[in-house]
Amino acid sequence: MIRTQSVSRSYGDNLVVDNVTLDIPARGVTSIIGPNGAGKSTLLSMVSRLLDMSAGTVTVDGMDVTRTPSDVLARRLSILRQDNHISARITVRDLVGFGRYPHSKGRLTVEDRAMIEKAIAYLDLDALSDRFLDELSGGQRQRTFVAMVLAQDTDYVLLDEPLNNLDMKHAMGMMKLMRQAASDLGKTVVLVLHDINFASWYSDYIVAMKAGRVAAQGPAGDMIRPEVLSDIYEMDIKVHEIGGQRISVYYG
Amino acid sequence: MADIRAPATPAFSPRQVLMILAALAMVSIAAFMVIGAKGSWGFILPFRGTKVWSMAMIGTAIAIATVLFQTITANRILTPSIMGFDALFALVRTVQVFFLGGLSYAMLPDQIQFTYEAAVMVGLSTLLFRWLFNRAARDLYLLVLVGIVFGVLFRSLGGLMQRLINPNDFAVLQDSLFASFNTTDQTLLGISTLAIAGVCLWVWRLLPALDVLNLGRDTAINLGVNYNRTVSQVLVIVAILVSVSTALVGPVTFFGLLVANLSYLVIRSHKHILILPASILISIITLVGGQVVLERVFGYDTALAIIIEFVGGVVFIAMLLRGSRT
Repeated sequence: MIRTQSVSRSYGDNLVVDNVTLDIPARGVTSIIGPNGAGKSTLLSMVSRLLDMSAGTVTVDGMDVTRTPSDVLARRLSILRQDNHISARITVRDLVGFGRYPHSKGRLTVEDRAMIEKAIAYLDLDALSDRFLDELSGGQRQRTFVAMVLAQDTDYVLLDEPLNNLDMKHAMGMMKLMRQAASDLGKTVVLVLHDINFASWYSDYIVAMKAGRVAAQGPAGDMIRPEVLSDIYEMDIKVHEIGGQRISVYYG
Repeated sequence: MADIRAPATPAFSPRQVLMILAALAMVSIAAFMVIGAKGSWGFILPFRGTKVWSMAMIGTAIAIATVLFQTITANRILTPSIMGFDALFALVRTVQVFFLGGLSYAMLPDQIQFTYEAAVMVGLSTLLFRWLFNRAARDLYLLVLVGIVFGVLFRSLGGLMQRLINPNDFAVLQDSLFASFNTTDQTLLGISTLAIAGVCLWVWRLLPALDVLNLGRDTAINLGVNYNRTVSQVLVIVAILVSVSTALVGPVTFFGLLVANLSYLVIRSHKHILILPASILISIITLVGGQVVLERVFGYDTALAIIIEFVGGVVFIAMLLRGSRT
C-alpha cells in the first residue's frame, strides 16, 4: 500500500500540494484525475522520491521513500513522468534494457534478456527495437519508456499521463496492459489521467484532486457521477451508461 | 505500421571505429616521434616522448572531463571550460601568487602546489556547481549564461589581482597560465599521470551508473541510481581533471567540445565504455597529429592552441545556432 501522510509541497508562497493524506490500495489500478494545476503530477513525483516534500511522509509497503536506499526502492516501485528527453543516441532495445538495471546493475543475465524481449513485444515495438530513439514518433517513444518501466518489473508502477501522444488503438492497448498487470500479476498501478472515460473504464479506484487537495476518492463506480465530476472540473458533465460502463459526455 | 525507412546502417560498428581511431593515434605518435629527427636518438626519443606523453595526458584529461560533464548536465554544448572551470583554476593560482609572492610560489614543490590547487578546485567547484544545478537546474540557456558570467567574474577577479602584484610575480604567473601544448615539466607530468590513472579507475567503477545518468535525472532516480551522490562524484572527477589539464597547458576553452562531439558523431552508442575511449583517442590524434602537421608541414611552431580554439569556437557557434536539442 502507498500511504501519504500530510504531504505538502510549496514553491515559494505557492502551495501546490496541500496536506494530502491518502491511502492507495495495493493491487489494482488507481487513477488520479483532476483539472490542470491540481497537484497530481507533483504528488506522484513526491511518492516516487523524484521531488522532495516540504512536509509530510510517504511510505510504500511501510518503507519511507526518503530514507529507503534508492536502489532498494527501484526494485519495488517504478515511475514514468511526462517529457522524457534523452540527448544520447540509444536504441529502443537498449533503453528497455535499462529497466533491468535495478536488478542486474548493467550486466544483463539470460532472464533479463527474456524480460526485455517480453516488454518489447507487449508494447508492440518488435519492428522498432533496433531503431534509435530520435528516429521515433512521440507515441512510439512513449511506448518505449513504458516498456522500460515494464521490464523493471516492480510491484508498484506509477505513470504520469501515459496516454500522451498515443493514438486510440495504442491508448486502449496501454490501459488493457495495465489492467492485465494488475489483475493477473497482482501489480499496483497508479496513473495520472486526463481522460475521465479511460479512468472510468479501466480503474478500480479513482482519486480526484483539486487545488492541491484530494477533493474526492472512491471506487470508480462511485466517482463517475455527474455531481462529483461537475464539482471537480467546474463544468457541466453528464454521465451515460453504455454497455454497462459509465461514460461521461462534456462536449458542447 | 507505416515505417519510415531506417537510415542506412553505419559502415562501421563502434568497436571497429575504436580500432581505426587507435591505429590513427599510433600513426600520429609514430610520426611525431620520428619525422624530421636529426641527431642522436638517445636524446630525441626521450625528449619527444615526454612531449607526446604530456599531450596524451592533456587530451585524456580534457576528453574525460568534457564527456562526463556533458553526461551529468544532459547536454552536448556545455563543457567545463565554457562553464568557467579553468578560469576558476587560474583564479586559485593567482590568489596563491598574490599572497605568497612569485618567488616563494615558484619555490614551492610541484607536488604540494598541485595537490593544494586541485583540492581547492574540487572544493570550490563542487560547492558552486551543486548550488547551480539545484537552482538554475534544467534550463540550458540559463546555465550557459550563469556559467559565462561566473567565468567572466573569475577572470576579472584574477585580472584585478594580477594588476596588483609586482611585475616579477606577474611574469611567473603569466608563464604558468599560457596555453601551450609543449610542457616538458617532468614532475608535474608525473603527478598528472598518477592523478589521471586514479581518476580512470574511479570512472571505471562508475561506468554502469554513468550510462544510466545519460537518461536524465528522473529516469536515473527511478532506476535506483543515487543521483546526488553520483553527480557529486562526477563533479569531483571533473574538477581534478580540469586542474590537471589547466596545470599542464593552461586554459583551453573549446577543445573538449570539439573532441566530445566528434566522438558522439563517430560512435553511435550511448555506452560510456565506447564513448570515453573514442574521445581520448580523438584528443590524442588531434593534439599529436595536429602538432606534427603544424611543425613539419607548415613549419611554424606554437599555433596549435589557436587553431584548435578557432575550429572549436566555430563548432560551438554552429551547435548553438542549430539549437540545443541534439
